[in-house]
Amino acid sequence: MKASGQSLIRPSDRSFFPYLFAALFALAFFDSWRRAGIDLSAFFQPRGRDSLVKFVTGMFPPDLSWNFLSQMLRPALETVQISFWGTLIAVLIGFPLGILGTHTLMVGGILNEAELQGAPVRRALRYGAYFTARAVLSLFRCIPEFVWAFMFVRAVGLGPFPGVLAIGVAYGGMLGKVYSEIFEAVNHRPLEALQAVGANKLQTFFYGWFPQALPNFVSYTLYRWECAVRASAILGLVGAGGLEQQIEISMRMFNFNEVLTILIILFVMVAAVDYLSAKVRAML
Amino acid sequence: MSRTPDVKTYDTMPSAGRRTLNSSRAKNFFLFGAAAVFLVWSYHGAEIDLSQLFSRDSFDQIVVYVKKLFPPDFSTVVVQEALKGTIETFAISLMGTLLAVVIAFTIVFFASRNLIYSGLLYEMEPKQGWKRLLRMVPYLTAKSLLNVLRTIPEMVWALIFVFLVGLGPFPGVLALGVHTGGVLGKLFGEVLEDVDSQPIEALQATGANRLQILFYGILPQVLPQFVSYTLYRWEVNIRVAAVLGLVGAGGLGQRIHIAISLFLEKQLLTLIIAIYILVTIVDYLSAYLRRKMV
Repeated sequence: MKASGQSLIRPSDRSFFPYLFAALFALAFFDSWRRAGIDLSAFFQPRGRDSLVKFVTGMFPPDLSWNFLSQMLRPALETVQISFWGTLIAVLIGFPLGILGTHTLMVGGILNEAELQGAPVRRALRYGAYFTARAVLSLFRCIPEFVWAFMFVRAVGLGPFPGVLAIGVAYGGMLGKVYSEIFEAVNHRPLEALQAVGANKLQTFFYGWFPQALPNFVSYTLYRWECAVRASAILGLVGAGGLEQQIEISMRMFNFNEVLTILIILFVMVAAVDYLSAKVRAML
Repeated sequence: MSRTPDVKTYDTMPSAGRRTLNSSRAKNFFLFGAAAVFLVWSYHGAEIDLSQLFSRDSFDQIVVYVKKLFPPDFSTVVVQEALKGTIETFAISLMGTLLAVVIAFTIVFFASRNLIYSGLLYEMEPKQGWKRLLRMVPYLTAKSLLNVLRTIPEMVWALIFVFLVGLGPFPGVLALGVHTGGVLGKLFGEVLEDVDSQPIEALQATGANRLQILFYGILPQVLPQFVSYTLYRWEVNIRVAAVLGLVGAGGLGQRIHIAISLFLEKQLLTLIIAIYILVTIVDYLSAYLRRKMV
């Protein structure tokens, strides 16, 4: 698993850790197996087998009648639109919070040394902003987008708009965290050079931090957009627009050929977004 | 959530030629135009109404809703139920991720080009078209299988499996396992496709067969990355497992669904707090394991 020469684990640790880990893992595994109600024979018992057969045979051929397809067109486009604006709002939320939540930019490191030396009030303010931003990001991130969607449906009513807000908030938390990680990882030499020639904070940011971080930003944001397409397709489950509402209806009505059609639409859509974002990434 | 984006290096200087500058400027204009059109179109399509969000009416509504959430209900019954749901969610995510590893591991070796039909391992093979074609079949099958598994979201898999095996946490495990299996299969495949070829060459030169090369030349290189990707997906899965219950697949989501449907806002907040704690713990655990093992 690891090259022995590079290991940073102390020898006493090294002998102890694997056993403890194995024991805990075995415990978690067997307890989880029981709790999750895993039943490997489920597919071979008559009930499971019958429904499997019914499902698979019911799926073919997919329902490609014009009537159904034209009904699906709008939710499919809506899914893309929700994902696009959701990601945009996520960037608007994640970017400022990500900056505030970057340790080396706000409080630590050689760049802030001169400013914060002997200025306890300023230091406290900076730390306050830093911790607040981190806490807000982690709150946004840890509550799943479904729960956000539920709450926004209560606040602004049914339709695609709560879906946009849910994706914006949940993905804003994720993007913010990754943005701050990217900021932490930039090369500090140019920043110090800029500071040494007398650039102020804003100038250092725009000429030092930002150009270094931009390619990674764009690439990660596009990756998140792909995820957002998938997420907004299923937010319909809570009445927030998108394709999933229809999947659920078709599942409940046992119209499996419609399910297959929607899955094909989803497949095509995700592939298109994949392709588009690969193109944009290649252009940068 | 710490999928490290690949670092871009600029090893070529941008060309300063007048022609390329002009054409790239035209391209930029075109791109910005397209993006702007897309933006407006999406704004209307998604029925975004920011003024509505900040209007007095819905602001009041939000305030009323938030007030209803507080204080969280910490009575013994609710806490017990939340705890049970939390442990169940943990179990679903763990078993789901393990199932995903099993699925990904069985498929991925057929789905990486350099292991199945081209590259160094097959250089010396006599050029027999039909043999190569025969190898392409499992490759393409595996590749498209992974694509299908990956494109269908967990929630949809959960709906399907609830129909197939009934309500409860088990369909949740299957849904997570199948979808994540597709994702991990793709990630593992990418790792496998850019392994360092020198050890393979060395092994081949000593006369090792392909299976030996796999075990001694390739797997030791890729396992740390496999572990790290698996832990990363586990972090994602714990969040998904928390909401899979919305379609009847057990865990905290089921209890959240009940709390929302019955307007039990105070219990809802307790459950949200439970999610928050669980997700934070798993994030730390996974970061710790990654440090230890990779």
